[in-house]
Amino acid sequence: MSESDSAPKIQTSIETGKTDSAPPETEDVVIESRSLDVYYGDEQALDDVSMEIREREVTALIGPSGCGKSTFLRCINRMNDMIDVCRVEGDVEFSGKNVYDDNVDSVALRRKIGIVFQKPNPFPKSIRDNVAYGLKIQGFDGDVDERVEESLKEAALWDEVKDQLDSSGLDLSGGQQQRLCIARAIAPDPEVVLMDEPTSALDPVAASKIEDLIDDLAGEYTVIIVTHNMQQAARISDRTAVFLTGGRLVEYDDTATIFEDPEHQRVEDYITGKFG
Amino acid sequence: MSKESESGVGSLQRSGFVVRKERLYGRLIAACAVLTILITVGIILALSGRALSFWSQISPIVFFTGTNWSPVIANSYGVLPLISGTLIVTVFSALIALPIGLAAAIYLSEYASDQARSILKPSLEILAGVPTVIYGYMALVYVTPMIDSVLPFSAQLIPPWVPVIPEFTFVMPSLGTFNALSASIVVGIMIIPMVSSISEDALSAVPDSLRDAGYGLGSTKFDVSTQIVVPSATSGIVASYVLAISRAIGETMAVTMAMGMSPQMPYFPNVLKNLAESSQTITAAMVQIAGADSLGTGPTYEAMFALGMTLFAITLTMNVLAELVRRRFREEY
Repeated sequence: MSESDSAPKIQTSIETGKTDSAPPETEDVVIESRSLDVYYGDEQALDDVSMEIREREVTALIGPSGCGKSTFLRCINRMNDMIDVCRVEGDVEFSGKNVYDDNVDSVALRRKIGIVFQKPNPFPKSIRDNVAYGLKIQGFDGDVDERVEESLKEAALWDEVKDQLDSSGLDLSGGQQQRLCIARAIAPDPEVVLMDEPTSALDPVAASKIEDLIDDLAGEYTVIIVTHNMQQAARISDRTAVFLTGGRLVEYDDTATIFEDPEHQRVEDYITGKFG
Repeated sequence: MSKESESGVGSLQRSGFVVRKERLYGRLIAACAVLTILITVGIILALSGRALSFWSQISPIVFFTGTNWSPVIANSYGVLPLISGTLIVTVFSALIALPIGLAAAIYLSEYASDQARSILKPSLEILAGVPTVIYGYMALVYVTPMIDSVLPFSAQLIPPWVPVIPEFTFVMPSLGTFNALSASIVVGIMIIPMVSSISEDALSAVPDSLRDAGYGLGSTKFDVSTQIVVPSATSGIVASYVLAISRAIGETMAVTMAMGMSPQMPYFPNVLKNLAESSQTITAAMVQIAGADSLGTGPTYEAMFALGMTLFAITLTMNVLAELVRRRFREEY
């Protein structure tokens, strides 16, 4: 669906020339981790994680609490930089560039990789200013109001808030706040959207709206989502990575394969609810 | 009672002694709380009684519109020069303290390492604990001579082709021994800790989830501090500003020592000229009256109460304002 976008990344697509039963829209690798180890102080949170994440797909990271899936997510846009005791070894490549190279600006990186958090965290500003914030700090020179409207429409929130753009983002319901946060994350047009359990603080109806939204976003963005909810991973993702205790990536494959015919017994046990 | 204590630990029997003891404690604590209210009411009554007596002799219109304050020599009771002196110190000390205090608060809350914070916070508290008379002394003995020694150089910085019109250009050949500038500087320094400590509490109370959101959108640390954390803490910051300004308005000892006792109307349009000269605040005028021989009688003595009432009204207004602002901007995150 996007010839122009895939053109420069031919080289990487050759490396991953795996054919799948359900062919994805593109097989370009946008993010690749190699032998990634992460430590919090003496504690190892990720152990030798190597995986490739494809462009314009939804990749789900699942696993029990403390398995390192959120840590992996936060390594991608270097949100772990904020944690003093966190130490990262190995590479995370974004469009072929190791984001942990000394000359990589984490601020510039995060402008290309947006993130949505577990708990909705709109700024105590108006709805308009929330969505426009990223545009403002990134020096967006187009029509801000138009981009705000587009983003809110993409986040399926426009119809609900179009008459109250100047009221506080905090006046919205939890589910609306989370969609506002998604609108805020996609407004500056990032290439990748990271989602850290975006529905776990929401009621089921609000959660299903977010799921529909993620489905829609996948056409335009690469989405990586951490979730505790295996049904959610099965419903919305193209590929699923299963992390188990000790920060190890145990299995990573098409979502259908993971849920129907996983290679490892432990993955099957986890997915069928025998532990976790 | 002894029978009750014999009944042992496991008894469910209500002990009359405990009930009476609790009631007594409750009343003692309540009495302390009521005492503060009674004292406040007492002060207001004492102030207003004498002040009304003063205003029955000297019309309030004369008092609030008069431009000459000379209670002893000319029996002239115009409060405007004193309000002007108070405002000059308040405005210029606020110009110093509000930005520096907020910047210090941002540093402490957002930038400082734990180690830096553990040194800086106690230092600020020491600054807040310095007796104000020492600030007055510092202004008189160090700040004024220091500025005076720099002033001739600053005059040379003005290019020769700039016309010097004394009414419009801030040219100070030298400072008076008593002057509003050094008084404003030391009062400004004095209120920095108040701004920074209350503001820092407000900034630290902003949840990390908002900072994460900012960083996640590609904000620099400065963006997050100034565009997310500070606006989210508006209510606390404004409250700290208003309290600090109240303190500057009510400050007495340092301004009396540093600024002198010469009531002075502002020079229009060059109000800056007032900075170089002596002036008198409302508080300093009260000190002067209280130190005079005429204690106990006459309109001069009662003028002190009228001044006190005026000052009280101003600071009360500020405090009410602070509370309103705090409520208006309080954010539920």
